[in-house]
Formats: sequence, structure tokens, C-alpha cells
Amino acid sequence: MLAKRLIPCLDVADGRVKKGVNFVHLTDVGDPVAIAAAYQAQGADELVFLDISATNEHRRTMADLVEKVSAQVFMPLTIGGGISSIDDMQRLLKAGADKVAINSAAVATPSLIQAGAEKFGNQCMVVAIDTAWDEQAGRYRVYTHGGQQPTDLDAIDWAKQVVRLGAGELLVTSMDRDGTKAGFDLQLYQQLGQAVTVPIIASGGAGRLKDFVDVFKQSPVDGALAASVFHYGELTIGQVKQALKAEAVVVR
Amino acid sequence: MFAIVDYDTGNTRNLQQAFKALQVSTELTADPKKLRAADAIILPGVGAFAAAMQALTQRQLVPLLQQLGRQGKPILGICLGMQLLFESSTEYGKHAGLGLLHGQVIEIPADLGVKVPQMGWNENDLQQSSPFASIDHEYTYFVHSYYAMSPASQVVATVQHGVQVPSLVQRQNVIGMQFHPEKSGRVGLAQLATFKEMVSANDFSSN
Repeated sequence: MLAKRLIPCLDVADGRVKKGVNFVHLTDVGDPVAIAAAYQAQGADELVFLDISATNEHRRTMADLVEKVSAQVFMPLTIGGGISSIDDMQRLLKAGADKVAINSAAVATPSLIQAGAEKFGNQCMVVAIDTAWDEQAGRYRVYTHGGQQPTDLDAIDWAKQVVRLGAGELLVTSMDRDGTKAGFDLQLYQQLGQAVTVPIIASGGAGRLKDFVDVFKQSPVDGALAASVFHYGELTIGQVKQALKAEAVVVR
Repeated sequence: MFAIVDYDTGNTRNLQQAFKALQVSTELTADPKKLRAADAIILPGVGAFAAAMQALTQRQLVPLLQQLGRQGKPILGICLGMQLLFESSTEYGKHAGLGLLHGQVIEIPADLGVKVPQMGWNENDLQQSSPFASIDHEYTYFVHSYYAMSPASQVVATVQHGVQVPSLVQRQNVIGMQFHPEKSGRVGLAQLATFKEMVSANDFSSN
């Protein structure tokens, strides 16, 4: 049986991990290779690097980072942030990335999903969706540009559409929960699980061990992504896996 | 030197990095002379079966790989590269493979409540005594939609994904890994290290 995945997410600018990662024994808190290796040792199942560089010029360093990390860390790597063309994808995949995640560019140019899937395979194409519950409309609304720009898209409909276009996986962030440590948005993932059959990665809201247990027990997600709880050592990957195992969730 | 077959299969860098970590020198090549001279041949692969066979055919590598495999050259196929070692595949119509392993590659049935492609970490169960025995109960990383229907004699390990999927197969000097050893952490590297030891000891007798 496939194991449920735990995925630390790292923000990167100019080839360095930003916001730092406070692990014991990590002398350079911004070095992507050291951080990736530390997460590999903890038992992370996959890593997401999110490029938050402001300019395309700075983005070019991302392929170098992927190359360096994949020379020493032998686990699946997903790269997201600012990817807007087939060339961008090709550069990152050639450098050693396993998957690329597109978000704003997918909304602006949905055909990019199809073009990427045809060239690199569905398994490479992750569509990232940022969404928040719209109380008035009674639905989940999709946002782009790091959550800054609301769109008219309904998250569930959009998920179905991107899967039709060839997305092999969805990375869905609840903006309502992001940074709150109030738990994952279970309703969002339950609805998504009914709508699509590709793997879903839940993101936003992880704070306690119970949050991870709940999202895997109460919604059909395949992975859970988190940043700060792992970076600041509030929870280790090992602790989370133990808690999941105790609740009969299959983990590696 | 291990030769990694260069037939435009996409990313081989991670595989090269993994061998480098094991202090094995590799060369990406389609040169028949280099393939003949190599200590072992690694057949990578990502994408569709027919396109990959066509790319091998265009480079006139099909008869060469078949000949080297039958002469006892160690060959390791990885992911689609493993599937190419079998007799045929039903991916987008029926296509002949290299035929160095017995069996046919077919689609994972989607009606068994599992997601296709199988994408993620799955637990291996050892099926026979083997130099690769350390893989038993360990998780490796998979990305694939088709799997090999193989005679049990060739199946070293399997994972459960709706059906029993052969994850590691061997017929004498011809070995296949359905998972990505270069993406499977220390467990993956350990399997490549086992292969390396088998090559240097020239011992493929267990199967």
C-alpha cells in the first residue's frame, strides 16, 4: 500500500532558504543542501522548494539549487513559484527536479498544463491551488499571485478542469488556515477528494500532531505539506509519523 | 565504468548522481563500442513504452542490447527501462520489448480502488532469497501506470497496489527495478550498491 506522504516546504530566494530553519546541528540555516539532507534523515517523503525570488534573473539560480540538492539528497523534489513556461519546466526537470508546480500561470494560461503534461508526463505536472472559503458565495474561491489576487474560479471546478488538462497532482493550500496552526481544512479536502482522482496534497493549518492524523483519517489526501512546524522543530517528521502509525495510517 | 544508455529518455542526471554517491563512474552514451566495453549497462526510462522502443531502434541499439544481455553483460533497467526488458507491452497498442525477461507489461487496473499512476512510497515484500534481500519491508519510490506480469521465478520483490506489482526482477545478469532507486533514499542506494557488488564479483548465479 502506498504510504501517506509528509512534505516539508521551503521558501527559497536567490538560491538560499529564507526564513531559516532551526534544527539542531544545522550550522548554516539557509543552505538548501544541508536542510534537505536533514529532512531526508528525519524521514521526509518529499520536499517542495518554493521560489519566492522577485525577478526572473534571480529565478535562474533555482536550477543550480536543484542540481546541488539532487547531488546529495535522493528523494523526490517538487519546485514551484514563478514557473510560467515550458522552458522554465524543462530547465528545472533537467536539473533534477521530479515535479514542477504551477499556480498563477496555470490560471492565466490553462493550456500550459496540457503542454507540460504532453511533454513531460502527467506525473511531473503539479497544479498548486490557493483558495479561501467565500462565505457570501458559499464556495471556495481561487486566488493567484501568492494569494493576492482573487479570481472568479471555484476551487472544486478548477481542480476538475486542471486534472482534465493533465495535472497529475494537486497541491491545495487553504489560505484561511495557512499560518493559523488551527488544523487542515478538512471540508475542502473532502470536497476535492470527491471531485478528482489524482493525488491531493493538503497545505495550510498544520500545528499539532492531531492535525495530521485528522487530515489523513478524515479526508482522502495523499500527502500533507507543512513549513513552520517542521522548520522550527515544533514537530519532527518522526513524531508525526509515529502518531500516524498509532492511528493505523500507513507511513514509511 | 557503467554505461547509462543515452536515447533521449529525459532526465538521467539523478541516476548519475546516485552512482556517483556510490563511487561508480558512469557515462551517458549510445556508442556501441562503449556499451560493449562497459562493466554494466544501465537502461533508464521515463515516458511511454512505444516511444522508448522507437528511440532505441533509431539508434540501432535493440539488437546490441539483446546480444549483450544474452552474452551475460550485467544490465539494470530502471522504471520504464525495466519494462523495456520484457517481451512486450500493451501501452498504446501491443509493442515488442527487448525480450531479455519473460512476461508482458500491462496497465494497472484502475477499478481496484487504487490511484493510477502509482505515485509515492510503497513497501516491498521479498519473494525469494536474493542478494537484494535487504529490500524486504523497506519502502521505495514509484511513479508508473503499467506493471510487469512476470513469471514468479523472475520476481525478487513485489509491492501491493491493487495488484501485486513486481518491484524488483532478475533473470541471471538481467535485473529490473520498477521503483526509482535514485529517489528512494538510503534504501534505493543500497539496492544500487548491491548491483554494483554483483557486477564486481560477477555473481548473478542466485537467480
